[in-house]
Amino acid sequence: MAIWLTENSKIIVQGMTGAEGTKHTRRMLAAGAKVVGGVNARKAGITHEGLPVFGTVKEAMEQTGADVSVVFVPPAHTKAAVREAIDAEIPLCVVITEGVPVHDTTEFWAYAVSKGNKTRIIGPNCPGIASPGASNAGIIPADITTKGRIGLVSKSGTLTYQLMYELRDIGFSTCVGIGGDPVIGTTHIDALQAFQEDPETDAIVMIGEIGGDAEERAAAYIEQHVTKPVVAYVAGFTAPEGKTMGHAGAIVSGSAGTAQAKKEALEKVGVRVGRTPSETARLMREIMSGR
Amino acid sequence: MDLFEHQAKELFAEYGIPVPRGIVAHTAEEARAAAEQLTGRVVVKAQVKTGGRGKAGGVKVADDAADAHAKATQILGMDIKGHTVHKVLVEEASQIAEEYYFSFLLDRANRTFLAICSASGGMDIEEVAHTAPEKVAKVPIDPLTGVDRAKAREIAVAGGLPQQALEGAAELIEKLWAVFVDEDATLVEVNPMILSADGQVKALDGKVTLDDNANFRQPEHLAYVDKAAEDPLEARAKEKHLNYVKLDGNVGIIGNGAGLVMSTLDVVAYAGEEFPGQPRPANFLDIGGGASAEVMANGLEIILSDPSVKSVFVNVFGGITACDAVANGIVSAFKLLESRGETVTHPLVVRLDGNNAALGRQILADAALPRVELVDTMDEAAKRAAELAAVGA
Repeated sequence: MAIWLTENSKIIVQGMTGAEGTKHTRRMLAAGAKVVGGVNARKAGITHEGLPVFGTVKEAMEQTGADVSVVFVPPAHTKAAVREAIDAEIPLCVVITEGVPVHDTTEFWAYAVSKGNKTRIIGPNCPGIASPGASNAGIIPADITTKGRIGLVSKSGTLTYQLMYELRDIGFSTCVGIGGDPVIGTTHIDALQAFQEDPETDAIVMIGEIGGDAEERAAAYIEQHVTKPVVAYVAGFTAPEGKTMGHAGAIVSGSAGTAQAKKEALEKVGVRVGRTPSETARLMREIMSGR
Repeated sequence: MDLFEHQAKELFAEYGIPVPRGIVAHTAEEARAAAEQLTGRVVVKAQVKTGGRGKAGGVKVADDAADAHAKATQILGMDIKGHTVHKVLVEEASQIAEEYYFSFLLDRANRTFLAICSASGGMDIEEVAHTAPEKVAKVPIDPLTGVDRAKAREIAVAGGLPQQALEGAAELIEKLWAVFVDEDATLVEVNPMILSADGQVKALDGKVTLDDNANFRQPEHLAYVDKAAEDPLEARAKEKHLNYVKLDGNVGIIGNGAGLVMSTLDVVAYAGEEFPGQPRPANFLDIGGGASAEVMANGLEIILSDPSVKSVFVNVFGGITACDAVANGIVSAFKLLESRGETVTHPLVVRLDGNNAALGRQILADAALPRVELVDTMDEAAKRAAELAAVGA
């Protein structure tokens, strides 16, 4: 049993008929994920990639029993799409879209909270979630790794792939890309908690980057609540102050949000932090080989 | 994107927020003319996107137009924390009775908005929050309900503002909220917000940060881009829709994915510590998941036109776009550059990993591109790129 996404998860794609939606629906299906339909109010009733397209998330859930939605709609419409998913009370909503205005994300997050957090939101600006050998919701390449007992949570897509690939012989229970925006739904802490509780996860890789203080808060959480071994990697030691490095949330402001501060906070609570992605993989390999 | 003070105040004025009358001047002569148009004493303020202007001598009071000319002469060209002063704001001096602090900002940690208000204004609010936290009110704002007049008043009261300032402050705060939401700002700060001698609450300073992700629905924000301050390479990269940041080293970097590129910069900087001159990354460039030939060619073109670059490190992880496609992209990029009349004169270290890595490496080896070296791991490739930069290639 992986976290949040299992072989039984039934996935719908909001924005399935668009170019990205189409491409990744095909890839998710090829990876063995149970994609059961799409949502597009203007194209309700058609069949796309062999799957039914529904007018609303609610209707799609009623007709297919879907419990996961993956959102590919453009930034201008992302807020409305996520609000719709929240209204339908779908258990998991994975927002892939990059470039969502932070006011929109903050608003749909507040909306989710006001509705009692019945929908777990992952993202936006994330690669999604993959439970190797079971299911795949998003754009994580399924074929770079195998099923195993490491849990991974990361702000960055390609660094997630790098670690998944380097440790492909050991394998992963679930890999969660939480996204690089300043405001995101699921956090490092949420994933750490779920991995700690997951009987099929033995150890955790956590990848962070400059900006905000999510890694520092994760360190405090680890100290209190996580007994499984955690290794971490933080990107952006050489990033200059005040420059946004690709991800909207990756910015050092004054003395806040530096990679050094994050590394120190993690090491202080006993987390081993790799200097490079490869060293991080080696640290995890040592831990897993001791089991 | 951060705005200059004068831009922030122009924006405030559009929303009916009281600000002092002021005119922007790019020369001392313009500052004199500005002071002549204004009434009474003026304040000449350096326009730079950084704090601590007052302490650095970038804000001066002038008695008359001749004095404004003199003060502008002193301030223009000044360096404040690495920012050169190219313009000043000449503003009518205000009769200040009291100074307060106010801001709306994005609270990343709590995933909400925050109002910060304090009767102790005019100074560094982080300093006040540190030494006397009880004097700084932090009020979370529900994004779904926002700030109306009653909420604005509640914030002003929480900040400890005196009775005579409450109504004026509440009105100003309500309007600042409109700026914050309608302009897609992540920070709107007024420090100081003042109570003038005649009982008016005004914004004496203004700091605004806008969300670049909202540019699609805020087309007028493009006018705020400071073209003069933009790095020419960054400007060219932006035209080609490349995610590029100029840095101060000599190893050009191309990679796919923001996190991987940030990591590449670090790994190159570590590797560089072992070589003479300590080579460091020359730039951040994320060509995205697709890594198409055209994007690769555009990226290489920008990096090779940077005179400080001595070697280039192409670091790609093949995920959705497998390594064979990436390798073909690199080969096509070289052809594309050739057709544009450009020759690759710098050594290129390429590391391909991930799906079909072996096939990708084979494609590059077969193409026998001039000055391209293949290295299997990221750490070793970074070392080689640093080494090549150190020997001056």
